[in-house]
Amino acid sequence: MSAPAPRDKRMSLDAVVAEIRDGMTVGIGGWGSRRKPMALVRALLRSPVRDLTVVSFGGPDVGLLCAAGKVRELVYGFVSLDSIPYDPLFQQARQSGSVRVRELDEGMVVVGLRAAAQRLPFLPIRAGLGSDVLTCDPSLRPVRSPYDDGEELVAMPALTLDVALVHLSRADAHGNASYLGPDPYFDDLFCLAAERRFVSCERIVPTAELVADVPPQALLINRMMVDGVVETPNGAHFTSCVPDYGRDETFQKAYAAAASDHGAWAGFTERYLSGDEAAYQSAIATGVTA
Amino acid sequence: MSDVTLGDVCAVACADLFAGDGEILASPMGTMPLVGARLARLSFAPDLLLSDGEAMLFAEVPALGSAAPIEGWIPYRKVFDVLAAGTRHVVMGANQLDRFGNQNIAHLGPHLQPSRMMFGPRGGPGNTINHRTSYWVPKQSARVFTPSVDFVSGVGTDRAVGVSARFHDLHRVVSNLGVFDFGGPQRSMRLISVHPGVTVDEVQAATSFELALDDVETTRLPTDDELALLERIDPRRIRDRQVPPA
Repeated sequence: MSAPAPRDKRMSLDAVVAEIRDGMTVGIGGWGSRRKPMALVRALLRSPVRDLTVVSFGGPDVGLLCAAGKVRELVYGFVSLDSIPYDPLFQQARQSGSVRVRELDEGMVVVGLRAAAQRLPFLPIRAGLGSDVLTCDPSLRPVRSPYDDGEELVAMPALTLDVALVHLSRADAHGNASYLGPDPYFDDLFCLAAERRFVSCERIVPTAELVADVPPQALLINRMMVDGVVETPNGAHFTSCVPDYGRDETFQKAYAAAASDHGAWAGFTERYLSGDEAAYQSAIATGVTA
Repeated sequence: MSDVTLGDVCAVACADLFAGDGEILASPMGTMPLVGARLARLSFAPDLLLSDGEAMLFAEVPALGSAAPIEGWIPYRKVFDVLAAGTRHVVMGANQLDRFGNQNIAHLGPHLQPSRMMFGPRGGPGNTINHRTSYWVPKQSARVFTPSVDFVSGVGTDRAVGVSARFHDLHRVVSNLGVFDFGGPQRSMRLISVHPGVTVDEVQAATSFELALDDVETTRLPTDDELALLERIDPRRIRDRQVPPA
């Protein structure tokens, strides 16, 4: 008789989104326009959820969620499409004053997530001192070293998440997951900082295959950090998910152009974002037209 | 020497930013600082560490856009460790820069509703409070060299006070017109050299505050060896397109 296996955590995109309720704080993994859980973001766009607080090393996830009216508050160090410096939808959200923001140094976001992961109320950091990050957010407090140096630092509060959404290269059904690209970003930290953790991946494979293909250091996420796993091939599109695929620069250009043009955005939404994930994948498979 | 371009001069001025830095991570943001860091590494700063812009450290210096063998791994999480340890010199851009080197890349206009949203603070606050920082401004104007910035991302000399600012090290600014340091009164910006063909008056006219002026020199020209290295690093002369003539 074989030993019982760990839980099977496979679920659908819609089942993940059904766990996200109005007003929750959602952390989104990846970095800029790199390895973003875009299939999960697209599922959120289709849902009735609103008033989210979104914590992100921001890429197109942020602009899309803002434009769909899902966001009450943004917590970020930056929002960028990397090869295109600024995200037009995010710019519009900020320039219309329609979202509250906590604009932090990007290292403060890391430390805030780390404090949440360690169940600490805050962690000290030097970043922020002297900058307008502190003057624009009076809720950020200084802390003085209790030791002889007496140094004053920023007490970065824990960025505790209700939900973490991350996209990895491979996963097994139990929630162990690997990244095959050059950078883990902070996806493990997002999971550790969150109450409920959902991993989308390019492919769900048997555990033996998961560990055989990579050095053990690439097994970034283990199953005690994960509540649900979704297989979403091409699920980071149009952001990069190397080595499976690079950023779809043609599509990103089309996205940024449409997002900059009120007339064009409705057509873009209709063509790419009006159906489910399968409809999105089949729409992009036919190629982007100018 | 008549075929030396402004792009060549700016690339060498950016390279010179790294003089004496030793075995640290160079983090150049933008093409001109990137060319400069590679030139420095290939000439007078062989110990510099250079990343590929993703997560790898180059063992050899490639041309812009090309690959090269690697010597190490530096994903973002390790960059934050290096930043906090201080073994890094970043060259950032600036949408606005004031007399004391306060830098804005976040947004123009009020914080609650900017007139133009840009990146947000990025790593400016952490970079400037932790290690050596320089700036590259490809098109200096009175709007960029502004009396006050709308949002302080990179911290200037006047705000870097007290024991917690002991690692603040605002080094230099290179623009398309000249090179500046912060050796003026109250650690304010000082013009230290004008690029060949540029006058001090032209630099002052492109600056909204009064620049300190001591012995303003002319920015040095590249050596023949440096011109050959620049040809290797940037054969398509992308550096010239960063500083188009007015």
